[in-house]
This record gives sequence, C-alpha cells and structure tokens, in this order.
Amino acid sequence: MQGSETKKKDAGRTKRLFRSALDAVLMPLLAIFTALVVGGIIIALAGGNPIQAYIGLFQGAFGSPQALSETAVWATPYIFAGLAVALAFKGGLFNIGAEGQIALGAVATAWVGYALPGLLGITIPAIIHIPLAIAMGILFGAIWAAIPGALKAYTGAHEVINTIMMNYIALNTVSFLLNGPMKDKDPLNVIARTPEIAATARLPAIFPGLRVHWGFVIALICAWLVWYLLWKTTLGFEIRTVGANPDAAKYAGINVKKLIVLTMAFSGALAGLAGAIEVVGLNFRHELGFAIGYGFDAIAIALLGKTHPLGVVLAAILFGGMRNGATRMQFLTQIPTDMISVIQGLILLFVAADEIIRYIYRIKAREERLVLTRGWGG
Amino acid sequence: MAKRFGFIIVIMAILIGSVVLVGYKQVQPIVIIASMIATTIAVATPLTLGALSGVFCERSGVVNIGIEGMMLAGAFFGWLASIYMNSIWGFSAMPSILVGVVAALISGGLFALLHAALSITFKVDQIIGGTVINILAAGITGFLNRQLFFEKGSIFGGHVPHAPGVLPALHIPITELFQKWCGANTGTCYTVGESLNKIVDQKPIAISAILLVFLSSYVLFNTRWGLRTRSVGEHPKAADTVGINVYFMRYANVIIGGLFAGLAGAYLTLESVPSFEPLMTNGRGFIALAAMIFGNWTPVGAWAASLLFGAAQALQINLQFFRELIPPNLAFLQQSYVVGLTPYLLTMIVLTGVVGKTIPPAADGKPYEK
Repeated sequence: MQGSETKKKDAGRTKRLFRSALDAVLMPLLAIFTALVVGGIIIALAGGNPIQAYIGLFQGAFGSPQALSETAVWATPYIFAGLAVALAFKGGLFNIGAEGQIALGAVATAWVGYALPGLLGITIPAIIHIPLAIAMGILFGAIWAAIPGALKAYTGAHEVINTIMMNYIALNTVSFLLNGPMKDKDPLNVIARTPEIAATARLPAIFPGLRVHWGFVIALICAWLVWYLLWKTTLGFEIRTVGANPDAAKYAGINVKKLIVLTMAFSGALAGLAGAIEVVGLNFRHELGFAIGYGFDAIAIALLGKTHPLGVVLAAILFGGMRNGATRMQFLTQIPTDMISVIQGLILLFVAADEIIRYIYRIKAREERLVLTRGWGG
Repeated sequence: MAKRFGFIIVIMAILIGSVVLVGYKQVQPIVIIASMIATTIAVATPLTLGALSGVFCERSGVVNIGIEGMMLAGAFFGWLASIYMNSIWGFSAMPSILVGVVAALISGGLFALLHAALSITFKVDQIIGGTVINILAAGITGFLNRQLFFEKGSIFGGHVPHAPGVLPALHIPITELFQKWCGANTGTCYTVGESLNKIVDQKPIAISAILLVFLSSYVLFNTRWGLRTRSVGEHPKAADTVGINVYFMRYANVIIGGLFAGLAGAYLTLESVPSFEPLMTNGRGFIALAAMIFGNWTPVGAWAASLLFGAAQALQINLQFFRELIPPNLAFLQQSYVVGLTPYLLTMIVLTGVVGKTIPPAADGKPYEK
C-alpha cells in the first residue's frame, strides 16, 4: 500500500518537474517566436519583406565563421550584464544600474591600461597588467552597486531608484572624465575617449583574423561560477533565501542586511567586468557611450533566460546575434537596424506577460508567479 | 513635508544666489534672478508633467518607471503628426502644431494603456512593465524615424524634417503697464516690470503644466475621483468592498498619467525645439520619477522638486552668459558636470530619510487580485 502511494507521489513529482522544465524552455521559445511574428508584421507594414529580413538577420548572425565571431563579440558583454541582473534578481534585488556600473568599470580598467605604466615609469608585464586592469573594473563596478545596496539595507531606500540615480551620476562622471582629465590628447582626436591602453593590457584574440577574444570564454566561465555560487555554496543558498523570503531568512539567522550589500556588490562586479572586458578585449580604450542601452538589454536577457545562468548565456547569444545580424538585414532589405530594438522589446513583453503567450497557444498556467519586486515600500 | 519644502527652497536660493554672485557686477541682480526663474520654469516643464504622470499612476497603485518611454513616444508622434499635417496634407503651421500636441497626448496615452494592461490585467511585475515601455518606445521611435526620413539603407543620409514651428510665448503686457506707472523707459521701476514680464511670458505648455499642478492637487485631494484613486492605491481590498471598481480606477489613472507624459513629450518637440532626435528625452522621465518621489507623491511637492531640478539646469544655462566673469574659486560651477549631478545626488539623499520620511502609497506596485 505504502509503496504504491510513494510511487504515485514520485510519478506526480516527476511529471510536475518535467512540466516545469518544459515550461522553462517552451515559454521563452514561444515568446521569441511571437515577437518575431509581430516584428514581421511591422516590417511588412513598413514596406519590407519579413522573410527576407529574417534570412538576412540569421545569415548576419550565424551564417559564417566571421558572423559567429562577431555574434560572440556582441554576446560577451551581454552575458556579463545579464548575469549581473539575474544574480540580483535571485537575491530579490532589481539592479537597473548595470549601464552605469559597466561605464565606471570600463573607465577604471582603461585608466589602469593606459595611465598606470606611465605613472609607475615601468612596463608592466601582461601577466600582471591584464588581471590588474580587469580587477580594477570589477572593483569599481562592485563599489558602484554596493552603494545602493547599502542604502537599501540600512536606510530602506529603494534600489530601483538609487541604481537609476547612480546610473546618471556614473554617466555624467564618465562624460566629464572622457572630455576632461582622461581625454585622448592626440591632436587629431575630437571625440570623448581615453587614449589606447598599452599592448600589455590587451586580451589576445582566440583565432587569428577573427575579432572574438578570450573575454567570451571568461564570460562562459563566469556563468558557470555564478551557477556554482548560487546552487552549490552556502552563500548562494543564503542569497536565494533572502530573495525568496527576507523575513524567513532573518528568522533562519541570516544577516539579511549584509547579504543585500553583498548581492549588489556581486551584481555590480559582473557588470563592471562587462565594461572591463570590452576595454581589454575589444575596444582597447573607453569611448563615451559604448554601453548605452546595455542596462535595459541586460534586464531583458536576464528575464528571457529565466534568471538562470545557462538561460542567460543563451539569451545573450540570441540578443548578440540579432544586434550583429541587423547590419546584414539592413543591407539586404533596407530595414533599419533599429528594428532589432523593437523585436527585443516585444520579446521582453511576451516573456514578462506570459499570460498572453499562454492565451495564444492555450497553455495551462502554473501556480507560481515570478515576483521580483515588491513596490517601493521594499 | 514642511521640512522637504524648506530644503528645496534653501537649495534653490543657493543655486540662484550663486549666479547672482557671479554676474552682479555686470547685470543687475533682479535681472539675473528673473532670468534664472524664467529659465527654471521653462526647463522644469517636462519634469513637472512627467512627475504628475507618475503621481496619478502611483497614487492609484501602479508603479510607473515607463515615464521616459511615454514621453519619448509623445515627442516623436507629436512631431510626426505636425509634419504630416503641414507638409503632406498642407495645413498651415499653427493647426498642424496643435494637432501634433493632440497626437502626443494620444500616443502617451496608448503606451500607458499598454502599461496598464501589463500591470493590472496581466499582473506583470510593474517595474518590468515599465522597462518594456521604455525599450519599445525607444525602438519604435528610432525605427520609424529612420524608416520614414532616412534614405533607404543608409546610415547618415536623408533629410529629417523639422516641425512647422514651435508654440509661441504668450505675452502679458506687464512691461507696458509698468512703463505707464513709472513714467519712464529706464530706472529700477521699469526694470522690475521688464523682469516680471520675462518670468510671466511663458509658452502654452509651460503655463498649462503649472495650472495642471494645482488642478491635479485639487482633483486628488478634494474630489470623489481623487479619494477613490487614493483608496485603490492605499487599500484596494477595502475600496473594492465599498463598491469601487479597482481595475477601472487604476486603468483610468494610468492612462491619465500617459496623457501627462505625452504632453511632456510635446513640450520637447513642439514647444522647445521643432526637431526630433532619437532618445532625445535623455533621462528626463527618470528625473521626473525622482521629482515625484522627492515630492512625496503629491502634485505640489513634485512640482517644487521639478523646479529645483530645473534650477540646477538653469544655472548651467545662465552661467554661459558670464563665462569670463567667473572667479577662479567658483570655477568648478562652470563644469556643468558638477551641477548636473545635483538632481541625482539630492534624490538619493532624500531617499535615505534625512530630510523627512518618504512614504509611497501602501499598495504601490502590488497587483490587485479579486
């Protein structure tokens, strides 16, 4: 009797698990599909051929080794930034400030890259210079996010507002630095950017002739590390507990305030890393405004990836591929690259409002709902 | 709240005072003060309207970080409508601009309707709903701008047209009146009149923004509609029990908020300058959000905060006139960057609770389930 009941229970659980796994994969795919259909209608209304546009988009994103390399280049900062937002979500925090953290991290890294050797009067060997430059980016990103974290923990000020405010403070500061003290002094230079970083601070490309650099590999390793942190360590368990139920976490003896600051610092570190890697791996300098829009894209990527590191990597590659393929789409069908932003907005819309998707495709709802924020009250 | 208002007045006095300090040797202080106030009112307009947008949404219990997107949509579609009216359908400038303003209101309202559907019907996390609005508005306006006005397939080419003009300033003849009183075209008496005129002669949307502040305050705190709005934002269950339709009240107020944000957009492309640029709202929607919180979710408080943020911007604009006069020890003011940070820093300070407590509506951000 008892045996059969256990078996039945097990079968029920397996079924539930299977359904939730299917849900986690199926819903984002349907959201992407629906967004592409709606995007196609908009393209058609604008006088373009959607099929041709999407073929161009796909070719541009994944159609050749060159395209794959560029997609990976685009995806690299998206993976870091998406992980940053996803990690904060897991801890019950909403980090809208990835853009500012990226910009500030990039400034710090660029400074170590171009100014430090001159300041010390020595050539720093690459084995020290690269990690040092990246570490500085991580540090500044982490500090920049830890401030709103601390304000949330100790004064109750909502992190959404404060990360937005810190975004604008960061962007203003960076603009000031790149137009003033850190501006490239080259007489031919008219734009706001730093000088190029020293050769010893640059990450090498993985394959000769292609732009994809080791930063992409670092991003994948980071995704694995975030997964390991969240699901295989005590600290990760505590972060998720605070995210799921701060009151319960407090009763369980977790130092919630410390955890909030720490989670934000981790999140900012990942965003800072995104900025650092762009400098040492791709641009070799900080040019003003390179991170515009990354903060919001990162939110979309984190949600599309269901705040799971693997999901984030896949979503980042998809978003990176679309950004990259957009140029070819524009070349083939004269559809402006801005169309990609519309499609990405639609994807976020359908991922967030999954009831629309469930309604269209007649999929039964699950009980739980994704609760990420609890209003301004905290 | 008194503490908050005191704080705002002191900071504004410092901002205006520092411009007077820099320029008083060359220009009469009263003229400088008038110029500062006039600029402040003008540049605070989109912030005020954006903040009012937030007040209506959030008082009814819907968090709105999509003000920026709604504003951008209003700016673009208002501008677009005025161009179509004028250059394609051949209407003269003024009616075209007015139709543009209406189009801005409608497009703000439509984006708000989407936000309302997401947050109220689909019960999406409201901050994500707002993010959707911001991304979609940026994408759609950028896409259409390029699709309609750029040469096919090119990145730079093409002629992006201008709106047929901007709304004109209204002139109230105070100067003339003073001229009669003082009996002279010079002297302090006349200057006072001229300075007052400078402050009063604002453009229509700037003036309506101020009127809307007081109208909103009256509606929210003295009418049945306002009481119902606040009750669904504070305690929807109780409101529902006494027969108030929570969903309807929330939908209506979010759409009203969208109209305000749309009007703020119209200010940018039909009153301030006649042209549109991608992402031209440039964070004003978020400053407006900050102003709303700064003003503790009240129209008058939000207006005061908008004026404060506007004064920071006016300082930068007015200091341009006195560039050579700035003494070395005040040279840091010239770095627009330092002053540019004030709105954000002040908001963060206020949020910590140092300057009076910030209390959002109790049910703000929480979907209502019957």
